[in-house]
Parts: sequence; C-alpha cells; structure tokens
Amino acid sequence: MNIKSILLAAGLLVQTAAVFAQAGPVPAKPQSKGTYLTGATAHLGNGQVIENSVIAFDKGKITFVGAAGQTPSVDLNAYTRVDAAGKHVYPGLIAPNTQLGLVEIEAVRATRDASEIGDLNPSIRALVAYNTDSHVIPTVRSQGILLAQIVPEGGRISGQSSVVQLDAWNWEDAAYHTDGGVHMSWPEQFRFNRFTDELVKNEGYAAAMQELEDFFKEAQAYHQKATVETRNLKFEAARGLYDGSKRLFIQTNSAKSIQQAVLFAQQYKFKLVIVGGRDAWLVSDLLKANNVAVILGSTQSLPATEDTDVDQPFKAPVLLQKAGVLYCIGHEGFWQQRNLAFQAGQAVGFGLSKEDAITALTLNTAKILGIENRTGSLEVGKDANLFVSEGDILDMRTSVVTHAFIQGRNVDLDNKQKALYRRFKQRYEK
Amino acid sequence: MRKALSTVALAILALSAIAQQTFPQNGVYDERDKCYAFTNATIFVSWNQKLEKATLLIRDGKVESVGASVVLPKDAVVLDLKGKFIYPSFIDLYSSYGMPEMRTEGQQGRNFNQPQQTVTSKDGAYMWNEALKPEFRAYEVFKATDAAAKGYRNSGFGAVLSHRMDGISRGTSTLVTLANEKEHLTIVKEQVAHHLSFSKGSSRQNYPGSLMGGIALLRQTYLDGQWHAAQKAETNISLSAWNAVQSLPQIFEVGNKLEALRAAALGKEFGITYLFKGDGDEYQRLAELKATGSTFILPLDFPEAYDVEDPFDAQLVNLSQMKHWELAPYNPAKIAEAGIPFVLTSHGLKKAEEFLPNLRKAVENGLAKDAALKALTATPASIAGASDKLGSLEKGKIANFIIASNDIFEKETKIHHNWVNGKPYILKDLDAPELTGNYNLVVDNIPYQLAAKGEGEKVEMTIVVNDSTNVKVKHQVSNGLITLSFTPKGEKNAIRLSGTVSGRTWSGKGQNGAGQWIDWNASYTGPAAAKEEKKDDRKPREKSEPGALTYPFVAYGWEKKPQPATYLIRNATVWTNEKDGILQGADVLVQNGKIAQVGKGLKATGAVEIDGTGKHLTPGILDEHSHVAVSRGVNEGTQASSAEVRIGDVINSEDINIYRLLSGGVTAAQLLHGSANPIGGQSALIKMRWGYAPDAMKFEGADGFIKFALGENVKQSGANEATATRFPQTRMGVEQFYEDYFTRAKEYGALKRSGKPYRRDLDLETGLEILEKKRFITCHSYVQSEINMLMKVAERFGFKINTFTHILEGYKVADIMAKHGVGGSSFSDWWAYKYEVYEAIPYNGALMHEQGVLVAFNSDDAEMARRLNQEAGKAVLFGGVPEEEALKFVTLNPAKLLHVDHRVGSIKVGKDADIVLWSDHPLSVYAKAEQTFVDGIKFFDRKEDEQLRAAVSAERSRLVQKMIAAKQGGGPTQAARGASQSKEYHCDDVHDEMED
Repeated sequence: MNIKSILLAAGLLVQTAAVFAQAGPVPAKPQSKGTYLTGATAHLGNGQVIENSVIAFDKGKITFVGAAGQTPSVDLNAYTRVDAAGKHVYPGLIAPNTQLGLVEIEAVRATRDASEIGDLNPSIRALVAYNTDSHVIPTVRSQGILLAQIVPEGGRISGQSSVVQLDAWNWEDAAYHTDGGVHMSWPEQFRFNRFTDELVKNEGYAAAMQELEDFFKEAQAYHQKATVETRNLKFEAARGLYDGSKRLFIQTNSAKSIQQAVLFAQQYKFKLVIVGGRDAWLVSDLLKANNVAVILGSTQSLPATEDTDVDQPFKAPVLLQKAGVLYCIGHEGFWQQRNLAFQAGQAVGFGLSKEDAITALTLNTAKILGIENRTGSLEVGKDANLFVSEGDILDMRTSVVTHAFIQGRNVDLDNKQKALYRRFKQRYEK
Repeated sequence: MRKALSTVALAILALSAIAQQTFPQNGVYDERDKCYAFTNATIFVSWNQKLEKATLLIRDGKVESVGASVVLPKDAVVLDLKGKFIYPSFIDLYSSYGMPEMRTEGQQGRNFNQPQQTVTSKDGAYMWNEALKPEFRAYEVFKATDAAAKGYRNSGFGAVLSHRMDGISRGTSTLVTLANEKEHLTIVKEQVAHHLSFSKGSSRQNYPGSLMGGIALLRQTYLDGQWHAAQKAETNISLSAWNAVQSLPQIFEVGNKLEALRAAALGKEFGITYLFKGDGDEYQRLAELKATGSTFILPLDFPEAYDVEDPFDAQLVNLSQMKHWELAPYNPAKIAEAGIPFVLTSHGLKKAEEFLPNLRKAVENGLAKDAALKALTATPASIAGASDKLGSLEKGKIANFIIASNDIFEKETKIHHNWVNGKPYILKDLDAPELTGNYNLVVDNIPYQLAAKGEGEKVEMTIVVNDSTNVKVKHQVSNGLITLSFTPKGEKNAIRLSGTVSGRTWSGKGQNGAGQWIDWNASYTGPAAAKEEKKDDRKPREKSEPGALTYPFVAYGWEKKPQPATYLIRNATVWTNEKDGILQGADVLVQNGKIAQVGKGLKATGAVEIDGTGKHLTPGILDEHSHVAVSRGVNEGTQASSAEVRIGDVINSEDINIYRLLSGGVTAAQLLHGSANPIGGQSALIKMRWGYAPDAMKFEGADGFIKFALGENVKQSGANEATATRFPQTRMGVEQFYEDYFTRAKEYGALKRSGKPYRRDLDLETGLEILEKKRFITCHSYVQSEINMLMKVAERFGFKINTFTHILEGYKVADIMAKHGVGGSSFSDWWAYKYEVYEAIPYNGALMHEQGVLVAFNSDDAEMARRLNQEAGKAVLFGGVPEEEALKFVTLNPAKLLHVDHRVGSIKVGKDADIVLWSDHPLSVYAKAEQTFVDGIKFFDRKEDEQLRAAVSAERSRLVQKMIAAKQGGGPTQAARGASQSKEYHCDDVHDEMED
C-alpha cells in the first residue's frame, strides 16, 4: 500500500479537517439519503465474507448485503455510491467492558467518574456520567469502534452498564441499550500482597461471600412483597436480574471463582456473563452447559504465573472458540480501546481464524450484550453500524479506517490527535 | 547416683560459679570444686576426633582432661556414661538471644500521609542515616534470658553469637554461653562481628527505599568512613564506630543467593569478604557463590510441602517453589560438596524443636556427619575468634558439651544433658528406670496382668483382661516414685496407687474405689510383646532422586547451558538495517557468536541449517526503556537526586520476563531507574542471556547511562499536600534543582582536581561523569516546556542530553531536539493516563523522525516489551513512516541511542548475532518470533518451548504427587500460595522495598 494514499484516505490532510474545533468533531446529521458501498471485501461479522460486495443502507438501516452482480433488492439509483474497491468493510466494532467516556485522564481525579464508593451499588448507572464530549472517544472511533459498553468499576456490585453509540451530542442521544447489565466482581479466595509479592489467602473472602448471599436472598424476598412501603433502591435496581430483563456481568479470572459464579447464577436463574475469564478455558464445559458467555480480558497480557505457557493469553480466544463457548474479545481501560482489534489479531497468530476474530469483536459481542437484533453484523434490517478500512483491521499494518457509519450517519473520523498532528506539521513546513 | 546428681545439679544451679566476684553474697559462701568425670562414653573431643570408652574430666567449668585413660581425681563426681555419646555443644552464630525486643517485624510502619523523613530522628552526634547503627554494641544490652536459652539448649547449643537484628548496619554481636547465669559470666567475648543486612529495620527514614539504594548507602558509608578517619572537623560517633568495627568479621544477612552475590560484589570494591547468613537457596548458584570466597551461615528452615491436593489451588504454587521444597534439604550437602565453608544456624525455624529433626534431614540428604558437626562447633568457634574457648573439648576450654543417648545425627537419639559452663541442664534423666515389660500386679491380693509397652516417655501401660479387652493404666514415674491409676473392668471407681521403684519391682500403698487404704506390688515377669506398629499399607517409598537444577531456578530454565553453534539461515527475507535494505531470499551465516556472512547461496560446513523460506530475519529487538529483571525496587526516589544508585547492582536473573521477552524477539534491554525524582539512578544494559548470572547478562563494555526524569512524577503530583514536601514540587523548581546539581558537580570536580583532601561523594561523582561526557542521560519527559528546559540546562553546562524517553510532546519541539542532537525514545500510542500526556499523539514518532531526531519506541512495560515489533508497526499506521525505518525504531535506533550500534542493531558481518527469525512480516500483529539468538546462542525456540512446557508440566506433576505423599505421610503442609510471582515494575512504582 502506498503511504501517500493511506494519509489521504485517512483524511489527515483534507481541508475540511483543518477546521477541527477545540471541542472535537461535530456529530453527524441523520442519514438523509441512502448510501451504498461497492467493491469492498465485506466481513459480515457472522463468519461470512463477500468479495467485491455491495452494501447498502438507508434511514439508518442496512437495506442490502450482496455480491457485485447480484440484483439488489433496493433501488440503488436513489443511493449515493461510495467506491470501496480493494478495501474492507466491517460491522462497527463493539468495545465491551470499558470506561470510555467515564474517565478522561486516568491520573486526574476530577476526570474520573467510573468508580463510586461503597460495596453494593447496583443502582449506580454509568450512562448518566458518560461524557460525549470526551476527546478520547473520537480517537477510539477512528479505529472502527462504533459502540461501547460503558461499565462502572469498584466495590462488590459496581453498578449498571449501558451500551452507547460513539457519535452523540449527549448521553441520551448516545444511549443504545440502557442499563442492560449489572456488574459485580466475584470475591477472590486469594489476593495479591504487594508487600510480599505473593498471592495469599484473602481473609475477607468469607465475609464478602456472606455479603453477597445476604443481598441476593434478601432482594429476592423483597421482590416477592405484594406491596412495598419502604423502597430499597438497591433491591429495586436488582429486580431486572430476577425477571431476566438485565444480565449479570461478573468480573473474575480464576477457575474456582468462575465455577462459583456459574453456580450462583444458576441458583437465581440469572443471565450470566463472565468478564475477564482468564481461566475460562479450563472450565469451558461448565460454561457451555449453562450457556454462560465470556467477555475476555486483553489478549495482549502477561501469563498469570511463572509456569504458565508464555502465549497462554494469546491462545485464550481460540481455546474458547474450539470449546464452543460464546465469547467476545475485550480490552482494558478507555483510551486503550483503539487497540481493541489488535487484541483479536494477536489471537489469530495463535490459531484463531480471521473471521472468528471479527465475530469475536462484533456479532458475539452484540449477543453477549443483548443487542444482536440491532447490530453486530452486516445483515439487512440491522442498524447501519459499519466502517471501511484500507485493509485488514486486525493488523496494525493495514488498519486504516477511511469511513464509518453509525446508524447510517457518516461519522467524522477526525480527532484531537489528528488535529495536533496537522497543527505541528504546519510548524515544520518550510 | 541419679538422685545424687539431680540434687547436686539443682544446688549448683542456684549458686554462682566463680570463687571471687564483685557482687555481695547474701548468706554463707558455698564454694565447690565442681569436678565431674564422665566415663565410658563415646566422646567427640572435636568434630574429627572421636574416642571410644573415654573419660571427660571437668573442673570449675573448664575441661581438665579428656581421653581413654584419664586418672580420676578423688574429688571427682563420677558419672558412668556407658553407651552414651558426648559432643561439644553447638554454637549458633546467628541469633538475637538476650537482645531487647524490637518493633514487630512485618509491620508496614511508614504512614504515607506523613511527610518524608529525610534524616535520622536519633538525637546526638550520629550519622545521617538511621538504618546504620554501627555504634550499637550487643554486649551492652545483652540480658541472659533463661526461657530463650532453654530452647537453644534443648537443641544442643551451648553458645550463641547474638546481635540486634535491626538496620542495615546493626553494630556488633557478642558471644555468650547459654548458662542461666549473670551476664558477667555468660559473655565469652564482648564484640565479635559487625552485622549488616539489606533491611532498614526500625528506621522510618525514607532513604534507602530500594535495594540498590541500600547498596549505594553502604558504598558511600565505606567511603565516608575513610574520609572520617582522615579529617578532624566533624565528630561522628557512628562513623568512628563504623571504622572501629571494620577489623571484625563482617556478617551480612541476605535474602537470597543473588543478594549474596550483590553484597559480595560490594565487599570486593572495599577488600571485604563478608560472611553470609544465607536463605537456604545457595545450591541454586553454587559456582558464583563459591567464587565469592565467603563462608555461609546456612539456615535449616526447610519449606513445608504445599497443600496441592486441589489442582486449581496448586496453580498458585510455582514450579520454582515446588522444586525448592524438594531441594532445600540438600542445600547444606551441596554447599559442603562444593567446598564452600559453612556453619549452620537454627535461625528462621518456627520452633526451636525443629532444629534437630531438620539437622538430621540435612544429614539424611547427603551432609556428612563430621561436616555437620564441624559446622556446629569448630567452624563457628573459629569465626567467632573463640577457638581457644569453644568448639571442642580440649583441655582448658569451657565445659560446654552435650550427653546424648546415641549418635546425635540419628533419628531416635535424645539429648540427656546439656552442660553449659560446666553445669548441667537436664533434658532427660540419664538413668530413668526401665519400665517396659510384663508385670504381675497384685492390688489388695487381687492379681492383674499389667503390660508396659513402648520406650522412654512413650511407655503405655494396660491391664490385660483378655485377648481383646484392655484397661488403660495411667502412670507417672519421677525421682524413684511411681503413681498408677486404673478402673478395673466392670467397676466405676478408679484404683489409685503410689509407691517406689526398686529395680524392676514396684510396691507401696494405695486407695481402692471406696477410698480404703490397700497394699500393692508389681513384679516383672518378662518382656512385653512389641508395641504394634501402625501398619503402613503403602509400598515403602523408595528414596527418589530429586529433580534437576535449572538456570535460572524457575520454569523454562535450562539444565544444560545453551551453546553457540554455527547457524546458516537460508532463503529468508533479511531486514539488514544497512545500505542493502531488505534482502529477499537471502542467507545469513552465524559463526562464533557473530554474523559471519550475508548473501545468497552461502555455504558452511558443519552449520545447523535453518530454513527461512517465507520467514523474516531481523536484528534482535532492543528495548530502550525497561524495568524487567530488577530486584526490590526500581525507584530510589526518596531524594531529589539518587545518582549514586545503580540498577546494575540489582539485576534479577531469575525474572521469567526475560524468557517472555525472548519469545517476543527481544535480545537486549536498558534497565532503567524509575521516574520518581529528577535524577534517578544509573542504568544497566543487559542482553537476554537467560539463565546466566546477573553480571554475565550485562552488555560488556557498554557506556554508562543514567535516568533523569521531569514532570508529574518528579514533582510528586500524586502525593497529597502533607506528603509532598520534597523539593522540587514544580517544573520551575526542577530547573533550579538541575542548575544547582551541576553547579555543585562542577565545583566538586574542581576540588577533586585541586589535590586537596575531599570527601568522595558518589552522587556528585556521577554528576561529574555527566559533565565529563563519560555518562549519558536518558530522561523521562513529556511536555515541551520541560524538554526544552533540560536541553538548555545541559547546553549551559556544555553537554548534551543523550535521549529523551517517553517524550510524548517531542513532536512539538522536534526541530529543537534535532539541533541539540538528542534522540527520542517514545511510546507508539500511549496517552490520557495523566494530564501531561493529554496532548500526546501517536504521530509523535513520525514527526520527530521527519525532523531528523533519532527515534526509538520503548515499552516501560513487560507486556508491551514482547510485542515491540507491533508498536513499530504503529509508526507506519500513524504517520506513515516507511516500514524499514519503522523496524529501526526498535532495533538499530535504540542501539544507536545506547551507543552499541557497533555491536548490535543491524545484520552486518562482524556484528553480534543477536537476531530473530519471524514467522511473518515483523511489523505485523501475526508475526511470531520463532527463534531468538543472542551472541549466536539460541535462547528461544518456539518448538523447544513446546517441549519445555511438557517438561514443566511433568515436573510439576511429579512434585505434586510427592507433596501429596508427604502430606498423607503426616508431614506438615502449608497452604498453596504464590510466593515469588514475578513483580512487574513501572516507572512510577515507589513502594518502599527496604522495610522488613
């Protein structure tokens, strides 16, 4: 690939971008006219690939997905054509389990809104703190991440997550799936002692387990009351778990804790998702038998112990893939999400197929978050959440995103970093 | 005789031993000769002189004579020790016996909400650092404490070398016997040794907060001692004491084998050979430890088996821990075998009673008995300079000896007496009555069959009713009296009997169940049937061979040292980083650790051929900014300048991350001090020579570098107002700090050159090296103002900054950097983790590169370090750097920044064969390092890694089974836990690593 074309394609030097405002790119207007992309290799997100494809969308929805030469089911004459020959088109990537928009600068307390104090905070809602004007969001979006599950952290039950789309004026606009998940971290039997550098027994484990049992038993009893005189907001917030309208996301990594979490969810018939899931491959039978899905932590991480295979974290996705467990690939943090696709790419080097890797960033994620009817794949009727890349999105050599559409809206791919790049390019112009 | 002895012993114990004394006597003087003769014993006069049927004669607390034909003086009390063994009592050189209680160890004393403590809190003319207490003298506070002495005596010790285990310099120790006497009489030698450690102990002073800081503090203190001796201006009690104690043996407590090597290297600088109190892992680096010439004080606190029955819990325990569990009992034998002088200590044992069993375990695992005895007697006596008084039973020596029932190294052997200063402490009567056997017991004319089974204290007595029914009899025998009680079959109340033992006949009075007085007697009828042993159904376990040693002593270490070979890599895409650029289908010949030829169709006899078809060969990756393989802290950081500390002092060759980096194609890394202060410490450049000792990992002949830092970490932005008290707290202050530092360094240089006497100051020596362009700066930096500032400071002082690391706003001043001639070693895409990186952009590398700045990408992170090739790929993605140039960001450019590009960084004939064979395009996320070579030695091979995994798994499995067997055999276990999980350091880790 020619370097100049990449730069041009990336829109770095185009004139309109030069007017990048301090406040960041302007959210796109609703789709007013149909658009269709031609000539690209379409990765549908469900494992299928269409070479030389035609992808059409209008009024925010995908209206046609097919190969060139195939008769379109809609009248493309009314649509604007975008030539994507030689490029690749993908469903918008979904970043699960992120603090994007909740934290702007990690070390600056004033910009951190991801972690509330207290142990049991099921009523806390991430959505209301989501900052659509964060300068971080456009940098992530310009790498093809178009949706994100924003998740509170801290405490035992951290609060509720929502899925947001990443091109919005305010959090109400951004909301894609509101308060769909309750997030908690499973009490670990061992904790890391930073003074002695070793994993030691967690003395608070029994108390933490008791706290959980008390909460969920009492919440269950509360929900059976015919009339509630004194409303308990924490119990109210947990109601959706019992009636199946919300999913329970449990952060845990060790095999023992994963097993316990599964039994726990079984007891209350909760819809469970394991988050982190470092050892999930060890207990994949149990997960599969109970339809428990996994949001994996960063593929690019270090092995858990000295003895662990050096590439264990790289193999984790393919091991779950082979075991038939529903999983998706996640990544730590907020700004780091721009490297989400490379977490999947890393797994490809260790046995995962490229299309399975794409699925683990799109359709699987959508399924796990409960939004697969609206997004996650390039299928007619779904929201037009998709982007075009110069090449393979999984590899940093080629993951140059040229266009992105969220609900059909043509998203401005500029960001603060590109603006600074242009600014200082000018300083050095002779 | 027995009774006589007990009585005498008690009488003596109550009295003073010496005829003349300063303390007034309250009562009538009771002077005695205290002459005892022990006859017919097997006597170890010394560790290598054993006499059979010999006599030991002592008088007045001293040995008078010993031999086979000693003439017994008339006034001797004679004890016949037929069948018994006499040994010189043991000496423990590592003890805090009789020392005042210290603050509880293990408590994290520093309150992070308190301002820093920068100097000592001790009043008086003492030295600046509170962790150094050379003026402390143990004998001045020593208090004989019988409760503690008893624990030692029961294990066979007669004397200990005691010191207060507090601080880096702990002052002097005192040699004392374990007699229950006034201190005046138990102190054998007032000052014996100077004790040191790598722990601050009770000092709450911040400095040193890292191991390298502790080493630097000692190094400076040796120099200060020399300076102090030559000057008259300053009174300094500590430094005077420091100088005085230098003539004594220097005993250094270390936490592991590598710390011993580190301390030994420090000692070598000053001509000191330390004695080391080791940690029991010495067998893991025998050759290097032997080369130190040091004597080792070895602990016997062998680890307990881990409870690994649950396979998931077992994962917490690393192979290195499991192997150490198995091999630790071999440590003394291995040390002895290697010819390293050693003594043994009971220090570290959870309970004093574990000493003898663990000593015997060491013997069972190959330690010769005479070597063990020597290590407990003659050697410690000699080290303590008390060979004339202790360590053997030659004439004139202190009568410190033990009487044992048999060979002391045999399992069932009991210590009867431990004589200290010529006085007995009785553990077990010498002639306790023989009880075992069958007796005809007649109580009030009713006969019972009584059976006494077992031996010694474990005798159990029963009344035999019939074959299947027994009645238990409680008994007590003491000083010739016997008490029995039992409840006859079918009765409710117990019969209680009391009487005397006369030979094998017992008789006396008692009360029956109704409380009436009755007569009773028992007479021996014959030997009892042997006590039924618990049946062990399991097969007798064969003594299995222990697992092999690996280097390093962690998973994936090698058993056989990898050797260089001649390699011919054929038909690869070769990224030369030279004029030739990227060669397609090229061959590379590696010979004698160097690149021998690059070309097509190469031939070489005897070469190992590697098919490079479809693969890429690149120079090894060099990480300019790493914190892997560092022990106990990457930040000193407790002072604005810690230029005196050296990462090279604390390289950790056992870090699994070295292997992980090899698996990511990394062949060398600069290990940097952290970024907590404006002037950090001196860096170390290492090659990833997995399994080599720390010093052997260092890149030979490389220029010295030092870490500087700017910005938020330096000005302690994370601290609260109360703790942020160290200057500087702003970027304004940082400039003035440097200005002042280099001004002082310049003046120091002038003083040094003037020939006048001066105090060698290692902090300013480093500054002088920088000014003289002998040491080069890698500076942690982010925003443009500070980058510009430091360049200007350097220019004012006539030198250049070598490298700005991180440098995320380098793109804003790239032209100024290029003009100054400084390189930039950056992250590819990090940002938003703190305020000063809010304007960081991933195009930074490209922009600096375009402006002519030498650019590298670094990791600062063990995880990212093993995919730096991908980070280089991001220079293409963000900013369009040509691929060939991008790869140089992680190979040739860092080599240039570190002044080693004449050795590494490109594939050029004559350069070191530090190369990587990749499965794919090296800038691709899909590329895997298949083989990684350092100095032409293959240290990583993905196929061999598969075999290593299998080996790790098999070895774990073997050890798990062995531990389970140990548990089922009744051995003690500890909960599974992950000791020594490798610690990942980053720039801003400032945890105090020198607290207990």
